[in-house]
Amino acid sequence: MRDRYSDLVNSRSGKTVAGMLGLPRPAKLRRYVPGQPLLVGAAVVKGVAGAPLLPEIRQVLASMAVPDVSDAATPDVATPDVATQDVVAAQASPSPAGPSLSRPSPSGSAPRLGAVVIDASAARVIEDLESLRAALAPCLRRLSPCARIVLVGTPPESLADPTAAATQRALDGIIRSVAKELRGGATANLIYAGQGPGAALESPLRFLLSARSAYVDGQVVRVAPADVRAPTDWSRPFAGQVVVVTGAARGIGASIVEIFARDGAHVICLDVPAAGEALARVANRVAGTALQVDITAADAGQRIAAHVAQRHDGRLDIMVHNAGITRDKLLVNTDAEWWGSVLGINLGAQLRLNEVLLDPELRGGLAEGGRIVSVSSLSGIAGNRGQASYAASKAGVIGMVQALAAQVADRGITVNAVAPGFIETEMTARIPLATRELGRRINSLGQGGQPVDVAETIAWLAQGASAGVTGQVVRVCGQSLLGA
Amino acid sequence: MSGNSAGPGAAVIVGGNRIPFARANGAYARASNQDMMIAALDGLVARFGMSGESVGEVAAGAVLKHSRDFNLTRESVLGSRLSHTTPAYDVQQACGTGLEAVVLVANKIALGQIDSGIAGGVDSASDAPIAVSDGLRHTLLASNRARTPMDRARALTGFRPGHLVPEIPRNSEPRTGLSMGEHQAITTAQWQVSRESQDVLAAASHHNLAAAYDRGFFDDLVTPYLGLVRDQNLRADTSVGKLALLTPVFGRGDDATMTAGNSTPLTDGASAVLLASPEWAAERQLPALARVVDAETAAVDYVNGDEGLLMAPAYAVSRLLARNGLSLQDFDYYEIHEAFASTVLVTLAAWQSEKFCHDRLGLDAPLGAIDRSKLNVNGSSLAAGHPFAATGGRIVASLAKQLSVKGSGRGLISICAAGGQGVVAILEAL
Ligand SMILES: NC(=O)c1ccc[n+]([C@@H]2O[C@H](COP(=O)([O-])OP(=O)(O)OC[C@H]3O[C@@H](n4cnc5c(N)ncnc54)[C@H](O)[C@@H]3O)[C@@H](O)[C@H]2O)c1
Repeated sequence: MRDRYSDLVNSRSGKTVAGMLGLPRPAKLRRYVPGQPLLVGAAVVKGVAGAPLLPEIRQVLASMAVPDVSDAATPDVATPDVATQDVVAAQASPSPAGPSLSRPSPSGSAPRLGAVVIDASAARVIEDLESLRAALAPCLRRLSPCARIVLVGTPPESLADPTAAATQRALDGIIRSVAKELRGGATANLIYAGQGPGAALESPLRFLLSARSAYVDGQVVRVAPADVRAPTDWSRPFAGQVVVVTGAARGIGASIVEIFARDGAHVICLDVPAAGEALARVANRVAGTALQVDITAADAGQRIAAHVAQRHDGRLDIMVHNAGITRDKLLVNTDAEWWGSVLGINLGAQLRLNEVLLDPELRGGLAEGGRIVSVSSLSGIAGNRGQASYAASKAGVIGMVQALAAQVADRGITVNAVAPGFIETEMTARIPLATRELGRRINSLGQGGQPVDVAETIAWLAQGASAGVTGQVVRVCGQSLLGA
Repeated sequence: MSGNSAGPGAAVIVGGNRIPFARANGAYARASNQDMMIAALDGLVARFGMSGESVGEVAAGAVLKHSRDFNLTRESVLGSRLSHTTPAYDVQQACGTGLEAVVLVANKIALGQIDSGIAGGVDSASDAPIAVSDGLRHTLLASNRARTPMDRARALTGFRPGHLVPEIPRNSEPRTGLSMGEHQAITTAQWQVSRESQDVLAAASHHNLAAAYDRGFFDDLVTPYLGLVRDQNLRADTSVGKLALLTPVFGRGDDATMTAGNSTPLTDGASAVLLASPEWAAERQLPALARVVDAETAAVDYVNGDEGLLMAPAYAVSRLLARNGLSLQDFDYYEIHEAFASTVLVTLAAWQSEKFCHDRLGLDAPLGAIDRSKLNVNGSSLAAGHPFAATGGRIVASLAKQLSVKGSGRGLISICAAGGQGVVAILEAL
């Protein structure tokens, strides 16, 4: 659905009027297109207090051909403990991002920054936070539109010392505030990586730096060391893999299908038989298959497994639980039937499907090292008037993901959820205008997200390289004020 | 099921797809034959993940066809998600079209001429072709042949106002002028088929079809179209009592037993079946639901002879059984197309009749009765409706799935057709 407000205030005459009235002008978010440079501009990589992860971070950026201008851009920053000075900026090799380097910028020769990555994982005392401020603050003036700030920290809960835990927890407050301060579609996110995440750090770092994370803002992602399967080609991480997407006939589901197919997967598109006409169109567009199944049917799991067993050597790599419904009513007016249908489809069916598909004996069940990604919702975090049943189901999904992740960790399977905020779909187009306009604007990016933003986040969590991310709920909400 | 047990030279049924059938001038009133055929093909392509791929051939047809649709099937392929390199041709054998198309494709596969193919059919009673009268047509053609303006003007003087009455296709036999229902009413009276037995069969058709939908049986056989999710003619809540209230529309006096409830309505719809060699299916990890064993077509002389218009399947089945060394009881499922409830009942009665089997089929003993619980177990045309050329594909795909679910056994298909013809076939589980 089109966001007419954004169209208007970004039109030429609209801009002038909006400027006079002081109306917010939502930036046009940069979104991923295969082959595009990772960043608009160069990257600055810094560290505070020893910064043990700097080599890994620099290597990731170098592998993505991002010019690293840490030294050139920050001659004025005093960072006593920083390990940057001795790191060569040689990674700034010729790259697709090259032209942006030559663009004139406000501070003379200093280039515009596409990203700032700061390793604060070794920060343990309050003074380290000053180093962080000193490193970060000057960069904020030089950001290109849709720039990326990524902080890397250590999970506070892993630190026994109160000062150390406090210091790390402070990063959470910093990133959330910086995200609100940024303009022009720029985002700021935090990765709690712990000691030596190794190769597991690469996938979240790549995602949060890239345009794939356009609507993920002010979020905290935890990553642990894991047995990572890095793809041979990062632009086709799902080559040869099979994914089932429920609720695929339209909206966010149809977008998930497209993203997985773009990135190399064979997609089994599942929806209720009644949605079959649209489902066939979605499946045919990506040469996937249409599977007409109601996920609440008693044998839904068996039917999915039988399909995978017949058609794909019994190997299912990824299960995406996207199907969902709303039946909005105040709790006081909700009857058992409405209550039951929402919980049954949004939560009960997922639980039952997982139970079936996680049976290691079942041919066509989820493979070892497989991925489960569920679609929760901000309503499941913040609650919403008139959505007790929906919020129950979506909060339940979070509980499920957290418990299940621990249960299947030894099989290399990860289980995560995304919690979309306001996404422009048929579902949200039906919300009354005023409420809809509010839902769209009350976030740091000043706009609703697109289905593709949710899809990209799900695809990221489903990658083999995301093995270190499990049991998490990643909000795709532009840092909405709700439930934050 | 890899389909490997089908043996060399066999064609297997991979699966099928149809759109829900709509009552004439109902949900598909504005859809053309080509629109519906494309929808059926695209649903099949999506079911088997074949977007952009090609098959050996597509054979399909329609009974009521516009002259512009001379290449209906090929045009439908071009409008579908199949590769444009897929050859196609039209088939037309009245209501036998769909099954005949299956037989054609299966035979080519069995001969090794193609390794895969799609058989289908479509019909629209809503978007039926309307032709100009012969008088007007002759006048216009003469004017077209004229060389000078004067000749042309002279040719046009042949025009008469009566020529403007268009010819709308009728459901009647050109050689007798009787409608199919009128023909069947004669046969029904001859065989003394009771009104009640017809209504019982009709009610069972609706109940079986509704139960199959509720069970999810059609989840991988039907793809909704234009908002229609189930067959529009289906009345899950009908009963023998309700059907008994309908006024007869065919037959006279006491013999007037055929109503709108126990006769098929005019219907719009399309169906398609994917067939392949066992190897082709196995290579692509596609299912093989059943194999096409054999088929037979018969025709009767309903014009000068004394046989009923829709009796040909009784003959065809007899010959098919003999060729395959089977008895009528050697089947787990019987799919007898319900053109009218009485067609089914007369056919069953004929097979049980010593006289008919001896005099007409030349048999020493009657073929005998069948276990009625094996008949049209998931409903048939009385409930689903009958878009003429689409019925064969509906039945073949459903029976193949029934056999695959059961995991063993054999099914018999019998379809009567206008012109006194009947197409029958045997499918077998793998
Ligand atoms: N649109 C938003 O802003 C938003 C925000 C937060 C969360 N979500 C969640 O994202 C998911 C997709 O939302 P959407 O906006 O695309 O909704 P949508 O209504 O457009 O699509 C949902 C799809 O799920 C299918 N579905 C429903 N019940 C099913 C069942 N029993 N079996 C199989 N499929 C079934 C529907 O047929 C439909 O195609 C839902 O889980 C929704 O709760 C959406």
